[in-house]
Amino acid sequence: MFTLKEVTYNEILHIKELHIPGEKITCIVGESGSGKSTAVKLLNNLISSDAGSIEYKNKPIHTFDTIDLRREVVMVPQTPIIFDGTVKENLLIGLQFSEKPFVEDEKLHAVLETVHLKKSLEESADQLSGGEKQRLSLGRVLIMEPEVYIFDEPTSALDEATEDRVMGNIIKEIKGNQKTAIIITHSKKVAQTYGDLIVEIKNGQIVETKEISNHG
Amino acid sequence: MDEIMELGLWQMVAAYLFIVVLYIILKLRGIEREKELLISTLRMTLQLVFVGYLLAYLFENNHVLWILLIIVVMQLFAIQNIFKRVKHPLGRKLKQIIILSMIAGTLASIFYFIIVVVQVTPWYEARYFIPIAGMMIGNSMTGVALGVQRLVEGMHDQRNHIEGALMLGATPKVASKKIVNQAFDAAILPTINSMVGMGIVFLPGMMTGQILAGLSPVTAIQYQIAIMLGIVGCVSITVIMFVQLGYKAFFNEKSQFRNL
Repeated sequence: MFTLKEVTYNEILHIKELHIPGEKITCIVGESGSGKSTAVKLLNNLISSDAGSIEYKNKPIHTFDTIDLRREVVMVPQTPIIFDGTVKENLLIGLQFSEKPFVEDEKLHAVLETVHLKKSLEESADQLSGGEKQRLSLGRVLIMEPEVYIFDEPTSALDEATEDRVMGNIIKEIKGNQKTAIIITHSKKVAQTYGDLIVEIKNGQIVETKEISNHG
Repeated sequence: MDEIMELGLWQMVAAYLFIVVLYIILKLRGIEREKELLISTLRMTLQLVFVGYLLAYLFENNHVLWILLIIVVMQLFAIQNIFKRVKHPLGRKLKQIIILSMIAGTLASIFYFIIVVVQVTPWYEARYFIPIAGMMIGNSMTGVALGVQRLVEGMHDQRNHIEGALMLGATPKVASKKIVNQAFDAAILPTINSMVGMGIVFLPGMMTGQILAGLSPVTAIQYQIAIMLGIVGCVSITVIMFVQLGYKAFFNEKSQFRNL
């Protein structure tokens, strides 16, 4: 899905070669400050590399319209972003931003179920706890059904039991729909359990790429 | 009392007694502000005397070139003042947008007001043009300065929200809509509020001057209403131009957020 060659960014990142396969789950692990978030922001053109080539679907990434690309390659940042309004409005805002048709409440309820958020659609999103906001922001992108999901530490505010349930459901849905996911995680367990490919970044360089073949 | 009462030398001296009172208070209380008081009084006097003679000269020798020169000076002063008043670094692009919206917004409003509302002929009649242009440019300057301040602050404070929206496929325009609206609102609110107290809390400067100078209060009020509406329009046009273009300075051609 993505191929990076000799990519550099601001002396933070130097990726010699990386291939991120389509319809698979790629987990990126590494210490904080190692350049993980920077690396994934290159994939939805939130930042541009200084040098090197990045291809998406075998075409240079700069040949894609940036906005169209971001509607296909949707990212959830580490700190959940909550917009003014209700849970429902927050779930629908991704569709609104990407100019896609809204979905019925039934679908919204199903997504809340998937991310284990037992809240009414009419509740003010501002009142939610940190972990609930994180799950709401995950639910928001599930509704958008993009080609590629990028999650930056999607479960950092969740306890282990909730992390298991939420990630299990999300991965099941992504795999079921034959979509691609890139997950930055500090949790070795998440990487081992869900990753088809684990990429380790250290000081801005890829130190290990490991394929996991016992699941998926 | 149709005759205009001119103030003589002794009357002016009597007016300056107010400053002497303040000076004595400062001295007695040991508040070290005498220097500023003297400088301010001197500057106010010299500047107004200068402007008075300048205007008298311009009214006598009305020429389109003088008017054009005055517009340029007013615009330069106003734009420079906006740059100075905003407490954040402004990039080159944002500065260009400020210049563009000030010039285009105020000129469009001034000429509309002069030609359509007041119907002055020739349009460059200094007696009308200078005070009208001064009020419109001055108020727009305050509005745009507020708008710039709020836009820059909003963009910095809510950068995460903007990037969060971009990650969900929003265009820069949609991602910054809320901040743009807040900046516009903050910029025009003082102008809207100033209409409320008009005539009750205070008599605006222009009207006071006209009444004191012997014009009928009814005529003075007609002008005041018209100029107030003109100011509201002028501030709105300059500020909306600024915010509509200004947010773009925070994004590059790849729709990536960038610092100024």
